[in-house]
Amino acid sequence: MIQTFFNLDIIVAAWPIVMSGLWNTILLSLIVVPLGLFGGLILALLASIRHPLVRWPLMAWVDFFRAFPPLVLLVLLFAGLPFAGLELGGFACVAIAFFLNTGSYYGEIFRAGIDSVPNGQVEAARSTGLSRMQAMRYVVLPQAVRNVLPDLLSNTLEVVKLTSLGSVVAVPELLYEARQAQSLTYNPTPIVMAAVIYFLILWPLVRLLSRLENRALAGRR
Amino acid sequence: MVQKHIVEARGIHKHFGPLHVLKGVDLQVDERELVFVIGPSGSGKSTLLRCLNRLEEPSSGSVVVDGIDMLDPKTDINHARQRIGMVFQSFNLYPHMTALGNVTLALRKVAGKSRAEADTLARKALERVGLADRADHTPGQLSGGQQQRVAIARSIALEPRVMLFDEPTSALDPELVGSVLEVMRSLRETGMTMIVVSHEMGFARNAADRVVFMDDGLIVEQGPPAAIFENPAHERTRAFIGQIQRH
Ligand SMILES: Nc1ncnc2c1ncn2[C@@H]1O[C@H](COP(=O)(O)OP(=O)(O)O)[C@@H](O)[C@H]1O
Ligand SMILES: [Mg+2]
Repeated sequence: MIQTFFNLDIIVAAWPIVMSGLWNTILLSLIVVPLGLFGGLILALLASIRHPLVRWPLMAWVDFFRAFPPLVLLVLLFAGLPFAGLELGGFACVAIAFFLNTGSYYGEIFRAGIDSVPNGQVEAARSTGLSRMQAMRYVVLPQAVRNVLPDLLSNTLEVVKLTSLGSVVAVPELLYEARQAQSLTYNPTPIVMAAVIYFLILWPLVRLLSRLENRALAGRR
Repeated sequence: MVQKHIVEARGIHKHFGPLHVLKGVDLQVDERELVFVIGPSGSGKSTLLRCLNRLEEPSSGSVVVDGIDMLDPKTDINHARQRIGMVFQSFNLYPHMTALGNVTLALRKVAGKSRAEADTLARKALERVGLADRADHTPGQLSGGQQQRVAIARSIALEPRVMLFDEPTSALDPELVGSVLEVMRSLRETGMTMIVVSHEMGFARNAADRVVFMDDGLIVEQGPPAAIFENPAHERTRAFIGQIQRH
């Protein structure tokens, strides 16, 4: 049993390839998380313009990409775009799919955060001469982000997990590399390694999230 | 030459959808004057104040403050608003900043002061409201009365020509009201022009030059405090004064 799932020789042999997968997963996360945050912030800022001509298309956009399964979106981009004469490669497709999908989720979180800041805050800021943008930047956003920090972190956790979808379009991230190693060694040990690594990088985030959530609860009391 | 009013609002109407909230209000305020605005809840007092600095867009009418046409689209409204301080019932301090940060924000971002200049001016303003020693406290660490005084400091640091107060003491515990009124009184002594919506009758009697009674979107009558309180000309004013004095 241990020989099958936790074979030491195989761990040693698969180490470099799994590590390179880990590195790519980290790299991918460092790209898609800021990209999603950025996309989400833009969506939320647009939503704060309460004009119907902005609001309705925006809602449609956000709804659409939240309803669309991210795996399907990714495969569609990867397999479909070449037929439109656009060959982007796996990495770019992952980046775009995440920008669309997780950006919409982040956008809803930011929007809820902005809505949670009382209107009196903006009025006070505007009454001292701050512009709409300055009031947003210095007064509303800092409070908005603080109010939804647990949700932002929770979504980020999901995003990091979702980077494993990259394996489907041959992005050499952790899961993909582990499967490569598995097929080379005819042994599941590399997959177990990947599972353990996922757990090790995500667990601290989960702990942090629990603490934030508890603090938010205590603050509300 | 005719004395120019520092605040000159004429024919202000304000609709919220089907609701006709201001029905043609004229308000002129002289420099250094303290005008008290009283009236039943919902009569449009807050809306009137908010039209003066254009937090609310009047449906029609004109507002000129310190020679600036507030409703002209060409007016730089953010620049104009620096000259009109506003104090709110619920303080509206920025909870994520210290008292000092609350006061310096507009000094730096609107008035264009350096951090050092802004700090100096903000500390001076906090000193004027008696809170020099609370500069590094966040609003959550301050009492309601202290918060409202920081809010006043946030406005006066910009050296406004006019100050608008919208029920500045209504959200305060009775024992904290005095400290805020004290600050307002000292502000008055420096010659600040003030428009105050409040039902602090004692303060009005002592400090106000004029009391304006509003009802149902209109100014019903106005005059010196003694005249309005002792000898109102209108039945509605009489009824309202009687009501709040019974409290
Ligand atoms: N933003 C708004 N939208 C709709 N109605 C409003 C708004 N602000 C005030 N009103 C209404 O206008 C009327 C006058 O309100 P307000 O000026 O706050 O009165 P006051 O300050 O004298 O109590 C009230 O009936 C109030 O409900
Ligand atoms: Mg009011």
